[in-house]
Amino acid sequence: MTQKLKAAIIGPGNIGTDLLMKMKRSDWIEPVWMVGIDPTSEGLKRAEEMGIKTTSEGVDGLAPHVIEDDIRIAFDATSAYVHAENSRKLNELGVIMVDLTPAAIGPFCVPPVNLADHARNLEMNVNMVTCGGQATVPMVAAVSRVQPVSYGEIIATVSSKSVGPGTRQNIDEFTRTTAGAVEKVGGAKQGKAIIIINPAEPPLMMRDTVHCLTEGEPDQAAITESVEQMVAEVQKYVPGYKLVNGPVFDGNRVSMFMEVEGLGDFLPKYAGNLDIMTAAALRTAEMFAEEVDKNVISLPARG
Amino acid sequence: MDLKGKKVRLHDMSLRDGMHAKRHQISLNQMVEVASAMDEAGMPLIEVTHGDGLGGASVNYGFPAHTDEEYLSAVVPKMKQAKVSALLLPGIGTVDHLKMAADCGVSTIRVATHCTEADVSQQHIGMASKMGMDTVGFLMMAHMASPEKILEQAQLMVSYGANCIYATDSAGYMLPDEVSSKIGLLRAELPANIEIGFHGHHNLGMGIANSLAAIDAGAARIDGSVAGLGAGAGNTPLEVFCAVLDRMDVETGVDLYKIMDVAEDLVVPLMDHPIRVDRDALTLGYAGVYSSFLLFAQRAAAKYGVQARDILVELGRRGTVGGQEDMIEDLALTMAKQKGKG
Repeated sequence: MTQKLKAAIIGPGNIGTDLLMKMKRSDWIEPVWMVGIDPTSEGLKRAEEMGIKTTSEGVDGLAPHVIEDDIRIAFDATSAYVHAENSRKLNELGVIMVDLTPAAIGPFCVPPVNLADHARNLEMNVNMVTCGGQATVPMVAAVSRVQPVSYGEIIATVSSKSVGPGTRQNIDEFTRTTAGAVEKVGGAKQGKAIIIINPAEPPLMMRDTVHCLTEGEPDQAAITESVEQMVAEVQKYVPGYKLVNGPVFDGNRVSMFMEVEGLGDFLPKYAGNLDIMTAAALRTAEMFAEEVDKNVISLPARG
Repeated sequence: MDLKGKKVRLHDMSLRDGMHAKRHQISLNQMVEVASAMDEAGMPLIEVTHGDGLGGASVNYGFPAHTDEEYLSAVVPKMKQAKVSALLLPGIGTVDHLKMAADCGVSTIRVATHCTEADVSQQHIGMASKMGMDTVGFLMMAHMASPEKILEQAQLMVSYGANCIYATDSAGYMLPDEVSSKIGLLRAELPANIEIGFHGHHNLGMGIANSLAAIDAGAARIDGSVAGLGAGAGNTPLEVFCAVLDRMDVETGVDLYKIMDVAEDLVVPLMDHPIRVDRDALTLGYAGVYSSFLLFAQRAAAKYGVQARDILVELGRRGTVGGQEDMIEDLALTMAKQKGKG
């Protein structure tokens, strides 16, 4: 294997820190910078302790080091409001952006469904949709690759403790973005997304239900096989992704009942919703690195 | 209990909560007919939407006979004095639905969250309030949190712009003392210009008693439904409640005989099954489970050969909240698997 792609993480919160811990184990991506805006932030301190360079001056604090440190990929775990600027500044320097915010400037990326296409096209900004999208769109796609899906609906249930203030203040963004990805990536003609926040203690594991209405009678054997294959694909980067029940068939309805247990790196295991985002983001970067290594794509030239 | 001289605004749920009991299949003509008769009887406020609120049309909750927009557009123009409200659950409906409802002439928006998750309602309450609508914060499953927690969440909703706060007994679990303490604390601590409301379910037969306790503790709005048409064992039956309030000299503005006739002549004939405290509805109230789970649990029980009561008790034990209908089929499948093994 050749050298790892060097990366920066923007946003030293829970997501950024969890991502950092996963990245430290990666064969393909090497975390170099953690970028924050608050010099007293716990997250920056944690990153420093883990031997990562830090700046509290935002992307402007990182930019002067991008070339000398050969930063090729950046993960934005801040907010939709600042992502556009972060992306513009780093894209200009030839850095690929993996967007974990709901900004969705670039195309949606759900690794087992369309990551290979994005990597081959060298998309400079890919968006990781939402936690609910990462957990459910693969299942919609597993059905729609067998036969047309006229309607796809997902219900994501997450523990209250795992939902941060950003999501809460703009919960409509979750439903809209996820429904959009059910259509655009999942392949359903019409998409619908519902999110339920449950405060039970101890916190419940993320649960996701996926309903697809197929055109014509569902091909039960082919769909079951396709769903099982897709679950295995997701399990490659989220080992705790599990089909609890289903697929069950009722007329032209196909339903899958999923549970997502996190790895428990920085975030607790019940927060599978956050874990599947960080795991999918890292998987995305790794695929870009693999394609570079295989000379399928070339990174933007640097003098 | 002396409630003499108090004024209460009644809010009918038969065309919204009643949609659960009708599997969201009330026709446009039926909606208009019932709403018009209630309007004529002096009902001040009538809720019209899918049972799970704006945007509730789904596999998970059931597809309705007509869209929210069709129902609202049919009912609102026919009202002579009654105002029409719409329910919205953030996570299911969005501000786009809210704007649609406002365009249809809805005057009251009720934004419903689980009783500990009020901070997901900021966008929706803020928007409704900015549009000058009567904006209600609706704290569901209020039996699952302490009076202090309910107050804290109510204060959040007030800070977003709500002018009325409901403690909602979605499971029909509360007993009158609990209603008194929760409504009482809200009334004592929220500003005087913020109205307090109570929404009951009749799963333990407490609809009337709890609603009286709520008025006594300071509630100015009470939900119920004509003939009790609602989820579970239904809501507080409004014609009964009107008779009780009449005897207690509480002013409602509703004509008792007319509302009795609406119940008997129009709403009871609509019912697919008798709305009563049957074994499963009683289980909802006893186990503290969201009332609209009733028919889903019965269907899953029949399909997978398990007991609806067992499903509902387990859902209560797991702490499920409003909207988690998907967990019913999931649990029934798991229970059927275990039964097969055993």
